Amino acid sequence: MTKRAALTDLPLVLDRVSLSAGATTMLDRLNLAITPGAPTLVLGPNGAGKTSLLRVCMGLAAPSAGTVSWGGRTDRGLGRRAMLLQKPVMLRRSVAANVAYALAQAGCPRHRRAARTEELLDRVALLGLAARPARRLSSGEQQRVALARALAREPEILLLDEPTASLDPAATRHVEEIILMASQSGTKIVMASHDLGQVRRLAGDVVFLVRGRLCEHASVGDFFDRPSSAEAAAFIHGELVL
Amino acid sequence: MSEGLDAWQLIASGDATLISIVRLSLTVTLGAVAVAAVVGLPLGALLALTRFPGRSALVVLVNGFMGLPPVVVGLTVYLLLSRSGPLGEFGLLFTPAAMVIAQALLVLPIIAALTRQTIEDLWREYRDELTAMGVGPTGRVATLLWDSRFSLITAMLAGFGRAAAEVGTVMIVGGNIDGFTRTMTTTIALETSKGDLPLAMGLGAILIGLILAINAAAWGLRLWSEQRVA
Repeated sequence: MTKRAALTDLPLVLDRVSLSAGATTMLDRLNLAITPGAPTLVLGPNGAGKTSLLRVCMGLAAPSAGTVSWGGRTDRGLGRRAMLLQKPVMLRRSVAANVAYALAQAGCPRHRRAARTEELLDRVALLGLAARPARRLSSGEQQRVALARALAREPEILLLDEPTASLDPAATRHVEEIILMASQSGTKIVMASHDLGQVRRLAGDVVFLVRGRLCEHASVGDFFDRPSSAEAAAFIHGELVL
Repeated sequence: MSEGLDAWQLIASGDATLISIVRLSLTVTLGAVAVAAVVGLPLGALLALTRFPGRSALVVLVNGFMGLPPVVVGLTVYLLLSRSGPLGEFGLLFTPAAMVIAQALLVLPIIAALTRQTIEDLWREYRDELTAMGVGPTGRVATLLWDSRFSLITAMLAGFGRAAAEVGTVMIVGGNIDGFTRTMTTTIALETSKGDLPLAMGLGAILIGLILAINAAAWGLRLWSEQRVA
């Protein structure tokens, strides 16, 4: 881990990045720099390219054009990034084994894994369910298992794809608290959302996407008070942006 | 009717010949499944996870070989192991080892093909998650095999079923030698043609019973472990 700590993944820079599959364009010549600091929230209507943007930022997808660089490096090999997928996949094991697996992959030595697993499960308030089969949990609980797995990597950048989309308010609040805690301890949060209230609660800056293009990138205050595009203004006022 | 009664008496009395035949059958079949699993599970996983020229052809070949005619496999192994064959010096023909080799060849495509399908499906589900966790190629294979263990048990049962029911291959390469390479299926074939129906029927009943018992055990294991893990 000390070896990895020497490298940094920030700033994360997208230079004219496009992503397409066949005739469908998911991202269209995007320029974006993600720097250390308060959470960056990726906002936009469904199909705007939020998931694609996060996948490219994670290195899960290679851009069809343009370049992505992490701390100046362009190899997609995993640095200190972790991602919470929109629909996390639970391994067919217990909750604790899911977290221990992520720890092992992150290079946590065997003798420390049990203690670290307990720590992480405590952090996401799942200690009581440690022995349960992970796939039997509710979607909110699975989201927290996935969050614990992502935190196991001790990421410098944590990408989250609508982590609270299917959660009730109490569970949402819980997940947001965990995310804020990670942010306060120095992890850069990049999170997709289409919930304006959540953006106000968490964001330092807002990346607003429409149809695969970067429509606006501004501080959260500017975004809500002085949106520079008609689409952003319409979105903020709850109108349909197509 | 009386032949059926005789058959049950034979089973109940624990006839020594009967027991040795059953034991040999089980050893050969389980040995073949074990060998086929050791080769077939990684081979199937490899086929599922790698892309190379000719992969499609190989997949079709492996799938097609699930229906390999046993007598052809028997003949091939016979030619390989016979005195003048390339592997003749080991003197394996007409031994239980030859039967294990031949049956393993029959079972291998079944296990490899079903493993490939299972792993490929699971990989589709796990790909992003494992990539995001930084799991390397070896770790992927191990994880996918472990996480599809319940389905893979079914694949191995399919292989076991084929090997246990099979008669042509073991007849050719084993030679059906009394007390040495005589299995349940070859005995049934022999005794039926000789007219000793009680022994044939008794063995038939035991064979079906064993296959059912092993499947029941596997099913129970699956239920039990799914309760705990899946």
